[in-house]
Amino acid sequence: MAMSFEWPWQYRFPPFFTLQPNVDTRQKQLAAWCSLVLSFCRLHKQSSMTVMEAQESPLFNNVKLQRSKGHLFLLPDSSLKYLWRKAEGRQQTEGKLPVESIQIVLEELRKKGNLEWLDKSKSSFLIMWRRPEEWGKLIYQWVSRSGQNNSVFTLYELTNGEDTEDEEFHGLDEATLLRALQALQQEHKAEIITVSDGRGVKFF
Amino acid sequence: MDRFVWTSGLLEINETLVIQQRGVRIYDGEEKIKFDAGTLLLSTHRLIWRDQKNHECCMAILLSQIVFIEEQAAGIGKSAKIVVHLHPAPPNKEPGPFQSSKNSYIKLSFKEHGQIEFYRRLSEEMTQRRWENMPVSQSLQTNRGPQPGRIRAVGIVGIERKLEEKRKETDKNISEAFEDLSKLMIKAKEMVELSKSIANKIKDKQGDITEDETIRFKSYLLSMGIANPVTRETYGSGTQYHMQLAKQLAGILQVPLELLSPEDLVNACKMLEALKLPLRLRVFDSGVMVIELQSHKEEEMVASALETVSEKGSLTSEEFAKLVGMSVLLAKERLLLAEKMGHLCRDDSVEGLRFYPNLFMTQS
Repeated sequence: MAMSFEWPWQYRFPPFFTLQPNVDTRQKQLAAWCSLVLSFCRLHKQSSMTVMEAQESPLFNNVKLQRSKGHLFLLPDSSLKYLWRKAEGRQQTEGKLPVESIQIVLEELRKKGNLEWLDKSKSSFLIMWRRPEEWGKLIYQWVSRSGQNNSVFTLYELTNGEDTEDEEFHGLDEATLLRALQALQQEHKAEIITVSDGRGVKFF
Repeated sequence: MDRFVWTSGLLEINETLVIQQRGVRIYDGEEKIKFDAGTLLLSTHRLIWRDQKNHECCMAILLSQIVFIEEQAAGIGKSAKIVVHLHPAPPNKEPGPFQSSKNSYIKLSFKEHGQIEFYRRLSEEMTQRRWENMPVSQSLQTNRGPQPGRIRAVGIVGIERKLEEKRKETDKNISEAFEDLSKLMIKAKEMVELSKSIANKIKDKQGDITEDETIRFKSYLLSMGIANPVTRETYGSGTQYHMQLAKQLAGILQVPLELLSPEDLVNACKMLEALKLPLRLRVFDSGVMVIELQSHKEEEMVASALETVSEKGSLTSEEFAKLVGMSVLLAKERLLLAEKMGHLCRDDSVEGLRFYPNLFMTQS
């Protein structure tokens, strides 16, 4: 994961790694976390993750976080006094969002429609930087634009075919694609079918 | 670096050598200067540096000019150092290598090791202050640090002085508080005597307990806060009593009180606002209660707290308390209030609870 990802300013702000008790502040904080998780997963093309992986990932761990400190000096007459001076070579500590707070962030993402738990024990999840409905819309727009209503496609063709090379959904992972198509199916704009070597979709 | 004076390097009578170390470089504040390789000598009176290449180049500062010292550990490619903070140079100082300097500290870099031992000996000399007991020649005496009567409220000296004043003030407050305690002890003794006398009379069935003794005893009970309807009646109804007390409280702020039970005090304080007295009882979310002047607007204090925290980047309750000069308990309440109002946010880690300006709200 050595791609140069641009961390947002919050990532270097120590309070980001403490769940804020003030409700309004927390709202802003969680919004920033959700945004960070989605852009991180998008860049790293990560569509699913386990909670364990999340805990260990640099996403929720800033190992180079800096906390500012004042200085306590022991004076020659052995009295103890606080004196302030800009700390040279600031001490580097760690910013680690505790697992309970990670779960709160994940729950926020789920409520927004960007996350889906893959198992009952909530140990792994699907992460979609665009909600399935949004993907569905994009796919359907392309279908209509290219005059391919009433056509049938295999799932593979949609995400890996030559025709879709310029489309945003090209290369989309199957799990997310399926949910996008299910959303379209709900709107009666598509139907997921079984084809010779797997699954496909018919658009209306 | 403007505190140094040229010297022959010879020790005066009564001045003894404590330790010396080769391979020491001097920094003016953070800046490297030409004095990069010398022998550093510590005596009972001075810190002397002599250039290893040119023995004629020799300078010194008096130990009495040192405010305090700190260590800086060695790093990769960096020698261990001692940082020496200094008093300002007196106007009649003898000539030295630098006429002026913007820095009030120097650094001594130990390129051939020896920092640990040197620091230890220097700390010892700073603690023992032997130069005060062993007078040397007049020329050394002139550099004595800040002259009396010159009030310099800037820099480290100023801060030190303010802290010293604060410490004296605290000591005075503690002594005054203990005066009340001695009065309490005397009253307690009287009460013990009275109880013993009554107990004995009951036990020996000797004579009647006098009315005077009964009244005295009940008044002691009231003072301790023991609710006694009979006693209350003697002093008027509860509410009236508290009202009277509230009025008195407002007037006797500075005068040591007679014994008063906490319950009575709180009840009286609850009346303050209703009686339109200039004091007010304030209850924080945590349950902590304080008495404050009505003009004291907590919101103004919160705005000022935000400014202080922003200036320092971040602060713990203890750091804020020390900076502003208030109790840690009140400091914490103020910071928590600022957080509740959305001005501050928190960083809660293994290093402790630290407050930052609430950038979540101010940065877009």
